[in-house]
Amino acid sequence: MDGEELTAQQTALYDRQIRVWGVDAQKRLSKAQILVSGLNGTSVEFCKNIVLAGVGSLTLMDDRLVTEDALQANFLIPRDETVYSGRSLSELCCESLRDFNPMVRVLAEKGDLAQCEMEFLDKFDVVVVTGCSLKTKIEINEKCRKRAKRIAFYAIECRDSCGEIFVDLQNYTYAQKKSDGTAECHLSYPSLEDAILIPWRNLPRKVSKLYFAMRVIEKFELSEGRNPGELSNFDLPAVLKQRKELCDAQSLNESHVPETLLERILVAGPMLYPPVCPILGGILGQEVIKAISGKGDPLKNFFYFDAADGKGVIEDISNPSSI
Amino acid sequence: MDSDSKTEAIKRAKVLMVGAGGIGCELLKTLALSGFQDIHIIDMDTIEVSNLNRQFLFRQSHVGQSKAKVARDVVLRFMPRICITPYHANVKDPEFNVDFFKKFNVILNGLDNLDARRHVNRLCLAAEVPLVESGTTGFLGQQVTVHIKGRTECYECQPKPTPKTYPVCTITSTPSKFVHCIVWAKDLLFAKLFGDRNQENDLFVHTGDGSDSVKPTDDIFERGLDEVPVQYGRKIYDHVFGYNIEVALANEETWKNRRRPRPIFLGDVLPEKLILQNGNLEKNCLTEDLSLSAMSSLGLNNPQEIWSLAENSRLFLEALRLFIERRGKDIGSLTFDKDDQLAIEFVTAAANIRASSFGIPLHSLFDAKGIAGNIVHAVATTNAIIAGLIVIEAIKVLEADFQNCRMTYCLEHPCQKMLLMPVEPFEANKSCYVCSETPLLLEVNTQTSTLRDFVDKIVKNKLGMSFPLIMQGAILIFEGGDDLEEDIAANYALNLDKVVVLTALPAPVTSGSMLTVEDLQQELSCHINIKHREEFDEEKEPDRMVLLGWTTPEKESQGVSNGENTAAAIPASPEAINKSEEVEVTAEISRTKRKLSEMTEVQEIFQILPDTDANNSMDPQEVEDNDYDNDLIVLDENPEASKKRRLQ
Repeated sequence: MDGEELTAQQTALYDRQIRVWGVDAQKRLSKAQILVSGLNGTSVEFCKNIVLAGVGSLTLMDDRLVTEDALQANFLIPRDETVYSGRSLSELCCESLRDFNPMVRVLAEKGDLAQCEMEFLDKFDVVVVTGCSLKTKIEINEKCRKRAKRIAFYAIECRDSCGEIFVDLQNYTYAQKKSDGTAECHLSYPSLEDAILIPWRNLPRKVSKLYFAMRVIEKFELSEGRNPGELSNFDLPAVLKQRKELCDAQSLNESHVPETLLERILVAGPMLYPPVCPILGGILGQEVIKAISGKGDPLKNFFYFDAADGKGVIEDISNPSSI
Repeated sequence: MDSDSKTEAIKRAKVLMVGAGGIGCELLKTLALSGFQDIHIIDMDTIEVSNLNRQFLFRQSHVGQSKAKVARDVVLRFMPRICITPYHANVKDPEFNVDFFKKFNVILNGLDNLDARRHVNRLCLAAEVPLVESGTTGFLGQQVTVHIKGRTECYECQPKPTPKTYPVCTITSTPSKFVHCIVWAKDLLFAKLFGDRNQENDLFVHTGDGSDSVKPTDDIFERGLDEVPVQYGRKIYDHVFGYNIEVALANEETWKNRRRPRPIFLGDVLPEKLILQNGNLEKNCLTEDLSLSAMSSLGLNNPQEIWSLAENSRLFLEALRLFIERRGKDIGSLTFDKDDQLAIEFVTAAANIRASSFGIPLHSLFDAKGIAGNIVHAVATTNAIIAGLIVIEAIKVLEADFQNCRMTYCLEHPCQKMLLMPVEPFEANKSCYVCSETPLLLEVNTQTSTLRDFVDKIVKNKLGMSFPLIMQGAILIFEGGDDLEEDIAANYALNLDKVVVLTALPAPVTSGSMLTVEDLQQELSCHINIKHREEFDEEKEPDRMVLLGWTTPEKESQGVSNGENTAAAIPASPEAINKSEEVEVTAEISRTKRKLSEMTEVQEIFQILPDTDANNSMDPQEVEDNDYDNDLIVLDENPEASKKRRLQ
């Protein structure tokens, strides 16, 4: 990639990571514009990572005021009411993030991404959403796919001590390094809507139980008009009913979606297990860096981590024809 | 794992973190967010600019300050009501003894060197406190491991690769790789020109000709009173790159099967005008010694560019001139520092000229710096993931949930769909001299090797002891340490300084002797049986001593090392994973478990794990739900038994 060289300041600061991904990748990063909608333990970790990596800009959208729940696992907001009172999450996080890397433009944008005009998205190369309903995620994903410029879309959610990342790079081509040179690699990602529409019967064997559990809970939240984290243990019976309905419709044995797992997630409610946030935020950070720099095999298309068994698993939920 | 008991265990815990760098910053933040209230951190370093890309607690304004202290200050600002105690000190200091370690419920390591890790491992064993370790491991990437005395292996049960070393002759006479040229430029030439003149230096050692080093009168490196830097530089250049090579070429044997180097003389590379011309110092910012730069003075602005032999030669001369004219006071006491711009430039230039001579490809300053400085490439995301995994394990330890403790590998490429792969901890190695007290065997020529050799090469280097006691039976042969009474110390020094061979010691060490080596601070005691051996291979065993019973990794060879840092060695560009590499990954885990039937085990693992072939449709049959453990990789003694346990 031609164009301006990195400044001496950038070269000094980014030395250690340039040794990982190279100067060209660093240059691409410095031009990338990132949007994050929803600030919680995991997305805040992602923000830290991406700012340190040296992107061009990071825009935050979350107008909510600070609450106990919002503070959990969030190291960007000082636990001092005199500091945070009356200010939005995006404002506060923005302030802290700027400190991490003065060379990155960090902005707080007021409003709700779900209500935004499509053109608003054109400013960005990467969009990350969290904490919103499935409906909103699908809508934003669709908007991203309709733009002329390819916008990479990611959804991330942490519930209790497990979490999910969804990746949509649309049609993605990159140079894959092999032992005998490089080979051009094409990947075709389904939209979020298409991915979750794939009949469960057609999925590979032994897909992570978290996939199904998330879908059941999401469906239930949708029917109740609630956002992630707003359910509780009281909803368990109704959620189990939802599970039965879905599994019957999909001809899948209910044992693929263990009750213990659903219960665990519901009991947690809005609570996150703090050490899981840097893990999910770290994986997401790596993925976004890969997508911007064009270096490294991106994950396709779901990632799950569960502290209960300690595994971090990639699931390819896409139609066989596009694999 | 009741949530309330978890919270209680965390609140009451007293935790020690060793290291406040890349992993340390992420770890401290995560511990604070997870509810820990009493955290101690030890780190001896101060903050540098190159840390800021990932050690996010630090700012530009903190450069030069103590990492442990700044980390504490910054975290307290967002979590004011917890207690963080920083120690700006070396974890190997005597104040951090076994009693100190005993105060903690768990120790968390975020270190970057093998030496400190081994030290902490021993103290944790002595104090009987669990240790959660983290770091890189070759092919597999990063890992988090848990070490609990009596339940799992210790950190040293599986020997870790010690720093890559090269035979001395390769460095001094027959380099074949760029790194050999770097080591020559850094440890020999740079040291000779700018370091302690009295230090032994192999710069003029030649192989093969039997005769001892062709030492010219050391005049060469002395700069005459009226010898201007340009003259001096030319003299040095022609001597080390021209004359020395000619001398080496005279020995036919060496070059029978090797590519002959060509001597390089300055006059052949640069026109006279350029030799005499200095760089333009106005291009330089001369406020700090360390930022003085020959590169910028010559207008060579891109550190990623590979410069020609001529450009490297100019760089060599200019760097040398600047050292003499601007940093004269440093000469004679300088040690190589990767953050010393001028030193990097000099070493790069010298290495490249030597490389040119030997037909080895030249490298950019950026690459040379990475090699010379043993720089570990690092990014924030990996450290964050590791920190999360460390805390998860730490909490299990605090709850005494030992059954569920795991070693977790962070893979660069997925293995069986996994990027994070948990594995049950291995049990202790019965022949680990650190945690199992098994004696070692040393093969040595007792008639020619000295006590000093033994102490330096074996006790300190291989066994990692800092202040050893060496005894034969009840007789104390040697004691190393700072707090000895003067006459005792003098006595031991006498034993060392005299070229006292082992058989000539007051308590003679001969074949069949058994020595006990102890380090009181580490509370480690170790027995070594001595066996006399006459001959040693100069290239493969340059130490002329071989320690056995302590299984060493395959590629080790003694000799000149490129420095201490052992955390590196991840290739910069990810290779595409294929099936055989997946086998490699699990095989590497098996291999490190020192089992004989590695391949069978790997195959069995692959058989019992379900295949993820996309063509298989979902089975409508019921799937047994046993706590998600279906696919847990367990490498244990009896694969047959676990096979039965896991098949559905």
